[in-house]
Amino acid sequence: MQPKVSSMSSPSFPTKMHIEPHSSGAANTPTSKEAKMRAANLNFFYGSFQALYDIDLEIQANRITALIGPSGCGKSTFLRTLNRINETIRGTRYTGEVLLDGVDVKSQDVTALRRRVGMVFQKSNPFPKTIFDNIAYGPKVNGMTSKQDLEVTVEKSLRRAALWEEVKDKLQKPASALSGGQQQRLCIARAMAVDPEVLLLDEPCSALDPIATLKIEELLFSIKDQTTIVIVTHNMQQAARVADNTGFFMLGKLVEFDRTEMIFRNPSKKETEDYVTGRFG
Amino acid sequence: MRHFAIELEELKTKLLQMGGMVEAALHRSVRAVVDRDADLAKKVKEGEAAINTMEMEIDELVTKLLVLQQPVARDLRFLTSVLKINTDLERMGDLANGLAKRAQSLMNYPPLKLNIDLNHMSSLVESMLLKSLDAFLREDAYLAQQVLLSDDEVDAIRGAAYGEIIAHMQSNPADVRAGVELIFVVRNLERIGDHATNMAEGVIYMAKGVDVRHNSKTLV
Repeated sequence: MQPKVSSMSSPSFPTKMHIEPHSSGAANTPTSKEAKMRAANLNFFYGSFQALYDIDLEIQANRITALIGPSGCGKSTFLRTLNRINETIRGTRYTGEVLLDGVDVKSQDVTALRRRVGMVFQKSNPFPKTIFDNIAYGPKVNGMTSKQDLEVTVEKSLRRAALWEEVKDKLQKPASALSGGQQQRLCIARAMAVDPEVLLLDEPCSALDPIATLKIEELLFSIKDQTTIVIVTHNMQQAARVADNTGFFMLGKLVEFDRTEMIFRNPSKKETEDYVTGRFG
Repeated sequence: MRHFAIELEELKTKLLQMGGMVEAALHRSVRAVVDRDADLAKKVKEGEAAINTMEMEIDELVTKLLVLQQPVARDLRFLTSVLKINTDLERMGDLANGLAKRAQSLMNYPPLKLNIDLNHMSSLVESMLLKSLDAFLREDAYLAQQVLLSDDEVDAIRGAAYGEIIAHMQSNPADVRAGVELIFVVRNLERIGDHATNMAEGVIYMAKGVDVRHNSKTLV
């Protein structure tokens, strides 16, 4: 589903701009960005419980897409369908399609898929290893053996995560010695070390203070030229700050998907407005 | 009701109170001109300070809510519209005060015999202000739209009045001073109509999220 705005209720007023991914000229519209991932008619079940209903959503390449909504609305479930990590939960199934570059993720080797579609979780989860080994782990698993290559990759990844200056003199120290914000940036650096095409983030800043949150957000801006980013967040200000497009989920349905500016300035659906203005429930 | 919603209601009430003050100032200043009533003109001038104070209080309240509540969507549109409407109301208060000054000046000259219906022009402008405030109260974009349509009539009356006054001054040079005062009266009324139009545009943006400024073609 392209970000778009439904018609205003009254014919007396002009409808808002219909957003096309290839449109140009209009201010603030996504321009010339292909769909990197796409969900089509996606229904997801935990056993007999249906968690997602007919989701159609397009993740534009090199954009930050935020997913917002109340707890239990299905946004994290949706995120986890993008790299099939839901399959680690027994009893789950889905119908419909999730496409990466137009190819159904179901038909892809799951390890290869997760290399292309990396993930960072709410709680930072560094390996009980050194800082260096945390970053080098992925490249090593993927066959990188040269010490020099690994050093270059570790430095590049830590620089991309804006962590290099803080840890360059203690690469052999345990990752657990880092602060919470640093550990989360380490996890992003670790995910970035294998050059994923898509990075999924599930509430990456929920345990961080505003300074650490700002660093993560700046990091997302700096890597989006190389990576397509999807972020689930409860922090609506964060979605407003970082995302190009935002989807609002409620009760397993995608209520509205549009440019972030429209979601927070003039949403089309009453449910979205009630949620973003805090009138929900 | 959420605390923020209560604060928004309080702000709305305050802006409507200010609207009432400006409405009264406008009505009195027009009557002061038409009825040559010095007492009314004096009352308008005395009331200006209260309108200015109210403007600052409303600005302060909006700024506080923007900072503390970080509003979005319709709450944000409401607050940005209130900021603009507040400025328009204060300017209308200034213009009403200007009318009162002109009323005092005009009392120094004999009334001019002109075919200008100031009563009609002022009732149109007063009605625009009233409708803008009603539209704001009810968040009614359609009522606001009617205000925009009235502005053309006010502009036409102003144009005709200018012609009438200038022609009179050309043939009656002794009346030039009074004529100039009267031109300012007409101009102030027309400017008040413009500010009522701005307010109505603010209401449309607040209610519908549509910016109709400088683009009346977007209206049906």
